[in-house]
Amino acid sequence: MTTMRRISAFKCVLAALVVLPSVISIGCVKGTTAPVQAITVDGSSTVYPISQAVAEAYKVTNPGIEISVGLAGTGGGFKKFALGDLDICDASRPIRDSEIEACAKGGVEYLELIVAIDALTVVVNPANDWSPCMSVSQLKKLWEPDSKITKWNEIDPSWPDHKIELFGADTDSGTFDYFTEVIVGKAKSSRADYTNNSNDNVLVQGVTDEKFALGYFGYGYYAENQDRLKPVAIKATDDAECVLPSAETVDNSTYIPLSRPLYIYVNKKSLQRKDVAEYLQFYLSEAGQKLVTERKFLLMKADVLKDMQARLAEALK
Amino acid sequence: MSQTRETFNANLAWRHRTGWLFAAVCRMATWASVVFLAVILGVIVMRAWPRLSPDFLTRFDSYKPESAGMLAGILGSFWLLSFTAAICVPIGIGAAIYLEEYARPNWFTRFIQLNISNLAGVPSIVFGILGFTAFVRMFGIPRQTIVLGLGFADVRIPLPFGRSVIAGALTLALLCLPVVIIASQEALRSVPASLRHAALALGATKWQTISRQVLPAAMPGILTGVILALSRALGETAPIAVLGAAFFITFAPGRLNSFSDLGQHPDRLVNVPFDQFTAMPLQIYNWVNEQSRDFQQHVSAAGIVVLLVVLVLMNGSAILIRQHFQRKIRW
Amino acid sequence: MNAAAAETSTPLPAETPRGSSLKRQFSWNGTYEKIIRVLLFGCALVSVITTASIVFVLLYESVLWFPGHTPFFGKVSVVEFFTATQWTPQFEGNKHFGIMPLICGTLLTTMTAGAIGLPMGLASAVYLSEYASPQARSILKPTLELLAGIPTVVYGYFGLFFLTPVLIKPLFVNVLGFSVDGFNALSGGIVVGLMIMPMVASLSEDVLRAVPSSLREAGYALGATKYDVSAKIIVPSALSGIIAAFLLALSRAIGETMAVAIACGNRPQLTLNPLRQIQTMTSFIVNMMKGDTPVGTIEYQSLYAVALMLFLMTLTMNYVSQWILRRYREAYQ
Repeated sequence: MTTMRRISAFKCVLAALVVLPSVISIGCVKGTTAPVQAITVDGSSTVYPISQAVAEAYKVTNPGIEISVGLAGTGGGFKKFALGDLDICDASRPIRDSEIEACAKGGVEYLELIVAIDALTVVVNPANDWSPCMSVSQLKKLWEPDSKITKWNEIDPSWPDHKIELFGADTDSGTFDYFTEVIVGKAKSSRADYTNNSNDNVLVQGVTDEKFALGYFGYGYYAENQDRLKPVAIKATDDAECVLPSAETVDNSTYIPLSRPLYIYVNKKSLQRKDVAEYLQFYLSEAGQKLVTERKFLLMKADVLKDMQARLAEALK
Repeated sequence: MSQTRETFNANLAWRHRTGWLFAAVCRMATWASVVFLAVILGVIVMRAWPRLSPDFLTRFDSYKPESAGMLAGILGSFWLLSFTAAICVPIGIGAAIYLEEYARPNWFTRFIQLNISNLAGVPSIVFGILGFTAFVRMFGIPRQTIVLGLGFADVRIPLPFGRSVIAGALTLALLCLPVVIIASQEALRSVPASLRHAALALGATKWQTISRQVLPAAMPGILTGVILALSRALGETAPIAVLGAAFFITFAPGRLNSFSDLGQHPDRLVNVPFDQFTAMPLQIYNWVNEQSRDFQQHVSAAGIVVLLVVLVLMNGSAILIRQHFQRKIRW
Repeated sequence: MNAAAAETSTPLPAETPRGSSLKRQFSWNGTYEKIIRVLLFGCALVSVITTASIVFVLLYESVLWFPGHTPFFGKVSVVEFFTATQWTPQFEGNKHFGIMPLICGTLLTTMTAGAIGLPMGLASAVYLSEYASPQARSILKPTLELLAGIPTVVYGYFGLFFLTPVLIKPLFVNVLGFSVDGFNALSGGIVVGLMIMPMVASLSEDVLRAVPSSLREAGYALGATKYDVSAKIIVPSALSGIIAAFLLALSRAIGETMAVAIACGNRPQLTLNPLRQIQTMTSFIVNMMKGDTPVGTIEYQSLYAVALMLFLMTLTMNYVSQWILRRYREAYQ
């Protein structure tokens, strides 16, 4: 008897296994919407710390809202953005023509906003008294892919005959892309025999410990360690003035080419959503901009900020 | 003769001295492991102390070390392990039963057996690459979402799975599989043959013998193996990091962030497997890579303490199960 | 115990006797049993499928050539892969694909790990099987199990934030006057050594215990001391098993990822100095995969080529180790 009952139970399970999926699959349709509405942000790893902090601060006052912030890189972010997968794309450079086309093809209209300013600083050890100023061409000679320079005096004969210890950004970072693009001329094109690390503190420590070191990283990290590091003034061209990085020189656009605005691109369709609109207003508010300084980036000029706020208000109308 | 002289010294006192030295060296090497364990745990607990608080368990991650928490990792690991267990335990036990009870000793069985022991030695990161290619990207098939209407909720299955809980669970399940199979095989092997013979002699079919006599008897051993395999999976970072699980995430899979969420939206349960996630070890790894010293040294240490406590609880339950059943069953 | 195990491993009769009055019921049972058998066979097949897919996935991006799909080794020659001395897949205009620096980094950490983990593990095994009192065993065995169960991120943390700043730097910089990188192969190697030590200890202890006690007794009867018995009789007669355990542990050290990714840094360089920053094959994979590498690019494919190398290296070592173990077992039965 037991065997009989067991067999029928087994048959029931078997039948259920066959029937259930077919019943379910009747209800099968293709869809694309997310299960729970969330603000999706992706893109530049440089902008990521700001967006992350803003998202978190915004969530404190609006606990019901989910924001996911990714760091696929500016290019990767635009790819997803053009497919309509993102509400907001973080970018460390203006959108490219090819990406504008892709957006048009995907039916994505966008709003461009500047959110902060990024500046890179070339730093040396405080004991370095020979190179207070370097030109972009000297830096290019030092950092380009096949650079044979290993000693200071190979850049300038009057500099010491000693090996340079190089420190720089991790190849995954926006800083690396940006530095190589403006100094070497092509993004990700760099010599490889230097200490790279995604942790800027390791780089700060490296340059502090080594008299003959040279490194580059975000201005915020230099600003925090001013007593342990010495900034190198930059000559944009060989006959230009030497300009030291500071809030003023970045503000009045004389510290070039190592400073740039950071952008976010918003899908105009998403702007109609209340959560996205409020998130953006918060981003450009005083509280939001305070986080920019907290994450060690520079603020944009007051009139640019006003412009951006007006641009957002216009788009929201 | 000359060889004997080289290896054997007739001076007994000298031999005793060497013997004493040898024993001392071996003893020291062994007790050193206790010292290491103490130092590792001591250093970590000391560093974690400033950041350990009940809040750490109930908060999501933050960019500020003082308000960072591990909730996303804890819930992520919970779901990840649940699905891993659901996938790998039945398959693992099934494979062990086949190999121990059904398979004939031919070349194919030997091949499967060899294959399982080789699979156990494959580095976990290679499983990560397999998972990334086969589950996250699904060999690059075009993206689509399949919606299953269940009446009370819609299950949205993204294809390819992307960086979702199910992709991670499938990967970890494959990683655990050899361990579960080997442990279950050993447990089945230790069930005396007389039990099987008695059941068969009473007219039970083969499957009845296995499912009602052999399997229950082997269960404690199997359970111990399963828990040990799962606790290894809990600590695995490399495959999950390779899958590209999200590193900064302030919600739990299925957006079920608390028990009250579960009470209000039980329907979200069905979408848990297809949501983004992070896991405890991955969070620790990301904190170690953070910029600020506080994150690197203290927050990550606090994360490690939580992870170790969970591991000790899991291992402890495995030991309890073993002891409990060892006392009860006497052949 | 052995007899019982041998008996159970013989397959049970597949067919159940059929009585004429129970014909219907038994034929039902027959199908049911067959379905079960097929399902269980399917479960066993999963592991074979897994291995096959690992091999396929790794080969697809690195060597398999299709129209419209150029594998890694179609873009980079095998000779360059094994002889070039630079590994720089992420640098535009300066890409070199010489796996030597990665292999060198892997060997450096593995050697360090082996130098620490193997002798300590063997010494522990000898102590546990020949010398230790039951009380000592009851403390030591769980300790070793705990050490083996600690997740590898924890070892990485310990190496980076404790070993390097607290032990390695003071010793090598202040006492011996070397320069030491903040990330170095030594710290990673030491922690991996600590990690494989419990594994060596428990595997070797098993083989030491499997040595028949008649050998021990014969040794004592000839007037040998305990040292003579353990070091000159037991260990040599278990040698092949010990070597197999060593190989397994080393293969684990080669495949270890998180501890070295955290403690050793990520600068691939061809150096034998364990105080320098290096990159192993595993930490290259995990660092590269973390960033979103565009699918189909040569950097993306280089991941699979490196993973294939790693897979082949560990597979060979595991296989050799199993082969030795099988031979050894036969010798004692």
